[in-house]
Amino acid sequence: MKFGVVVFPGSNCDYDTFHVLQNVMGQETVFLWHKEHDLRGVDCVVLPGGFSYGDYLRSGAIARFSPIMREVKKFAGSGGLVLGICNGFQILLEAGLLPGAMLRNKNLKFLCQHVHIRIENNRTAFSSAGHRGQVLRIPIAHFDGNYYAPPDLLSQLEKNKQVVFRYCDEIGKLSEEANVNGSAHSIAGLINHQGNVLGMMPHPERASEKILGSEDGKIIFRSMIDYLEKKRGTGKKKATRAFRPTVTPLPPLIGTF
Amino acid sequence: MIDAKTLADHNLTREEYELIVNLIGREPNLTELGIFSVMWSEHCGYKSSRVHLKKFPTRGKYLIQGPGENAGVMDIGDGLAVVFKIESHNHPSYIEPYQGAATGVGGILRDIFTMGARPVAVLDSLRFGPLDQPENRSIMDGVVSGISGYGNSFGVPTVGGEVYFHECYAQNPLVNVCCVGLARKDKLFLARARGVGNAVIYVGARTGRDGIHGATMASAEFGEETEHKRPNVQVGDPFKEKLLLEACLEAMARDLVVGIQDMGAAGLTCSSTEMAAKAGTGMEINLDLVPQREAGMNPYEIMLSESQERMLIVAEPEKVEELKKIFTKWDLEAVVIGKVTDDERLKAYFHGQLVIDIPVKAVVDLCPAYRRPARTPAFLRKVTRFRLPEMPSDLNQVFLQLLASPNISDKEWVFRQYDHMVQVNTMVLPGADAAVLRLKGLKKGLAMTLDGNSLYTYLNPRRGGQIAVAEACRNLACAGATPIGVTNCLNFGNPEKPEIMWQFKQAVEGIAEACRRFEIPVTGGNVSFYNETEGKAIYPTPVLGIIGLVEDTSLVPSAGFRGAGDVIILLGENKEELGGSEYLRLVFSEEKGQPPALNIEKEKRVQECCRQAIRSGLVRTAHDLSEGGLAVALAECSFKGPRRIGFQVKLDDRLRTDALLFGESQSRIILVARKDKARKILALARKMKVRARIIGRTGGRKMVIWHRKKKVVDQPVELGYRAWKNSIPDYFKVKKT
Repeated sequence: MKFGVVVFPGSNCDYDTFHVLQNVMGQETVFLWHKEHDLRGVDCVVLPGGFSYGDYLRSGAIARFSPIMREVKKFAGSGGLVLGICNGFQILLEAGLLPGAMLRNKNLKFLCQHVHIRIENNRTAFSSAGHRGQVLRIPIAHFDGNYYAPPDLLSQLEKNKQVVFRYCDEIGKLSEEANVNGSAHSIAGLINHQGNVLGMMPHPERASEKILGSEDGKIIFRSMIDYLEKKRGTGKKKATRAFRPTVTPLPPLIGTF
Repeated sequence: MIDAKTLADHNLTREEYELIVNLIGREPNLTELGIFSVMWSEHCGYKSSRVHLKKFPTRGKYLIQGPGENAGVMDIGDGLAVVFKIESHNHPSYIEPYQGAATGVGGILRDIFTMGARPVAVLDSLRFGPLDQPENRSIMDGVVSGISGYGNSFGVPTVGGEVYFHECYAQNPLVNVCCVGLARKDKLFLARARGVGNAVIYVGARTGRDGIHGATMASAEFGEETEHKRPNVQVGDPFKEKLLLEACLEAMARDLVVGIQDMGAAGLTCSSTEMAAKAGTGMEINLDLVPQREAGMNPYEIMLSESQERMLIVAEPEKVEELKKIFTKWDLEAVVIGKVTDDERLKAYFHGQLVIDIPVKAVVDLCPAYRRPARTPAFLRKVTRFRLPEMPSDLNQVFLQLLASPNISDKEWVFRQYDHMVQVNTMVLPGADAAVLRLKGLKKGLAMTLDGNSLYTYLNPRRGGQIAVAEACRNLACAGATPIGVTNCLNFGNPEKPEIMWQFKQAVEGIAEACRRFEIPVTGGNVSFYNETEGKAIYPTPVLGIIGLVEDTSLVPSAGFRGAGDVIILLGENKEELGGSEYLRLVFSEEKGQPPALNIEKEKRVQECCRQAIRSGLVRTAHDLSEGGLAVALAECSFKGPRRIGFQVKLDDRLRTDALLFGESQSRIILVARKDKARKILALARKMKVRARIIGRTGGRKMVIWHRKKKVVDQPVELGYRAWKNSIPDYFKVKKT
C-alpha cells in the first residue's frame, strides 16, 4: 500500500511517521508537501504531529487553509483513509473533517508521557487488529489535547460508536487521573461518521518498536494496512512486502519530495 | 569623540581602548567601538578565562573538531559524526525566564546545525533558589515552559539534564543548555568566508532592535528615536528556527554552501568578522540590504542586534539563485548583503557611506587575555575544618526526608513538559543516569549526560571539578557507554575578584586533569562569569556534558529494578565520607567538610567493570551512587522500574550508619542481575581488581536495610515513592480556597 505523510511547515513528526510506515511496517511511503495539489496516488493520507505554522494561533488553525488540505478533504469525501495524529488530529478538527475542538490540557502544561488507551470500537479501519477493551500503551506529547464537544454532540458520538480510543489506566479502567488532559468522555481518538477519518492524540509511531518500549502503536497501522488490502482485494499476498529500503540514522534529504 | 562614560558603557578599559586605536591606526567611530566592545567582551573574547582554558586536553582518538568552532565534533564510525556543545543563558533567564530560556535553546540549536548536523537531543542543567520562595517557583516555571515551548515546537527531544536547588541561585538561576547533533562525517561545515568574490548571504528572520546592549543603547549619540529602551532579552520563534534548520540542511546537502555561521551573541558582527578572520579573508557588506524588522535602524543597531533565528552564509555567486530557491520554498528570506574580499578587513556601507572599516584579525584574534590574580578564599578554612554532628536516632525518618528533598526527588514535573520522544530515538527516557538514543538502522547508540555538584566545588573546587567529570562518566558507564568527548559550561562569579578567580582556576585544573586521565578531549563549551547579584556570587558551578558511545543498544540496562528475586551487587567501597553531602545540608543545615575523595584510577576500573558486565549481557539494572548515597540510590531503583519493587539489603561495614546510608563516597555503582549471572559479575570484578559484593535482593513491598544485624531502614515502597514523587509537584499545586 502507498502512504502519504503530509509535511506542513512546522511538522516535526513527519519523518517519525514516515520511518515507521516505511521501515517498520514495510509500506511504500511518500511525503506530501503542503504547497502541492496532488496526493500522488496514495491509498492513505497521514497528517503527522508537530506545530504546523508554529501553532501560534489555535493549533491547526492555519494548516487547514494550506493547498494540500483541499486535496485531503476531497480525498476524505470520496472515502479515502485519513489518519491525523496529535497536531494532525487538531488540524482535522479545524478543517471540519472531525467534530469538536481542543482545549488546553487541564493542568495547563505540555504533557509528554506514556499513557494507556482502551480500544472502544474495533470495527473500524484503524482498530480492527485489536480487540474491544484492549489496553494499549502509547505516548502523548501535546499542549492542546483536552477534547471538547457540546453534550448533544457527545451523546451522538457515543451513540454512533465514533469514540475509538479512551484514556484509561493500565488495567483499562477510566478515571479522572488516567484522563491526563481532561478530555470530555476521556476521548483519545475519534472517527468520523463514515468511518474513514480518524484523529488521535497519542502517537502510535512512537510505540511501534520494541527498543522504544512499546509496539502497541503497530495495531493502528496494521489495521489500516489490512483494511486497504481487503479493499483492494489483494488479500495478504506477499507482493505488498516487497518494499524495504535500508534504514539510515539521519532522515533522507527533505528537499527531494 | 569617545569619552570615559562611553567607554564605561561599553565595558572597555582605557588600556583596551588605546590598544584598539593602535590596532586600527585611528580613533574608532561609535559603531566600531561597539564591535570591539562585544567581540572583546568576556562572553565572546574569554578575556579572563583563556589562559586557563588552554589547560584542557583537546586531543583524542574520536576527535574531529576541538575548541574554536561553533561546536565540538566526534567521529562515531559508520560515516557519522556527533556534534555537541553547551551554552549558558543565565542572566536573560533571570530577567525574563520564558524567553531567556527559550532563546538559550534556540541559540545552541543553531550552533549545532550551522555545522551541518541535525539536532537530535537537548539536555539542560537548571539551578534555582529554594522552591518555598514564590519568586523561585515563578522563575522555574518560566524557564521550564520556555525550554518546553522552544524545543517541543522545533522538534528536538529534551532527553535529560539536572535540576538543583540552592539559596545561592535565588537571584541568579543557571540555565545551561546542551545540544547534541548528528551529521554525516563528509558533510561538516565550518564558519569560513572562503573564496574571494563569493557572496555573503543573510538568511532567516529580520533584524530588530532586540538584544542590543542596554547601556550603549541609551548613549547620547543616538537621538530621540532610541529614547525608549528595548528589552535586552531577545524573543524566540521556534517555528522560524525549524524552517531555518530544514532550509540550511537542504542547502548544505545540495553543496550550495561554502561557509556558514549563526548570528548568536554579537549577531552580524560576530558572524562576519569570525568567518573572515578564520578564512584569512575580508568582507564587504551593505547594511542597507540587511532585512530589517523596524524602521530607522542605524549601523550600530544593525551590527549589534541579537535578533534570533538568523544565519550568515557564504556561497559561490553562481549558486546564489538555487540557494534562494530553497529558502523561498521554506518561506524564508535569503538576501545577498555583500561579498568576500581579500583585504582582511570588514567594510560596511550605510546609505552609501563607509561606516565600518576595521581589520578582522584585530577584532577576532587580538582580544587581550588577562591572567587575573587568584587568592584562596578565607572562608574555606572555616568550612572545611569540621566535626561530624551526632547521628540522629531515627535514620528511617531521615531516609524519607532525603527522598523528598527537591534535589533528590523525582523531576517528572519538569521533564514531562518537554517532548522527550520526538524523532523516535529516545530509548532511555529522562530520569535515568544517562539518556540513550538509538541510531536508526545501527546496533550502536549514543548516551549523554550533564553533571556538576556545586557544593563539592564550593568546598574544594579542584576536586569538585574532578568529581563532575568522574560522575558524568559513571552515568555513562551505567548505560554501558564509553565516554568519548566533553563539553563544559563554567558558571562562576566575578573573575575580577581574586577568590573567584582562584575557584575558577582550581576547578578548571581539576576538570583538565580528570579529562586527561579518562582520555576524553574537551571540545569546547562556555564560560559564564559575573553570576553575582548584589555582590553575592553563586557557588562555583562547572557543568560537564559528556557524550558516550553504546556498542549494542539491546544490552542497555534499565534504571529501575526489573523483577523480584534479583541479586543486588555493589561495586566500589563505602567510606565514612559525609562532607558536602545532601544529608548534612538537609538534616543539619551544614555545608561543610571535604567532599568525598576521588581516586581516578579506581574510578576508571569500577566504570570499566560496569561496562564489561553490561556488554556481557549480565546486567538487568545499573545505577550510580551520588547525592543521597546508597540508601537513596536503592530507593530510586525501586521507584524507576516498570513496577515498583522493594529490596532487602544487609551491610556490615564498620562505619557510622548515617555515612553508610547517605554518604556520597565516589566510585560506586549498583548492579542488579539474575541469580545465575551475579556470580559472573563477581568473578569479573575480581579479575579487574574492583571490590564487589552481593548486598541483597529485590522483592517485596518494603525497602529494608540492615546494618550489622540492626534494621536501620524499613519503609513501605509506596510511602517512599509518594514522598519522592510528590515533592516538586506539591510546591506548584494551586491551593484551593
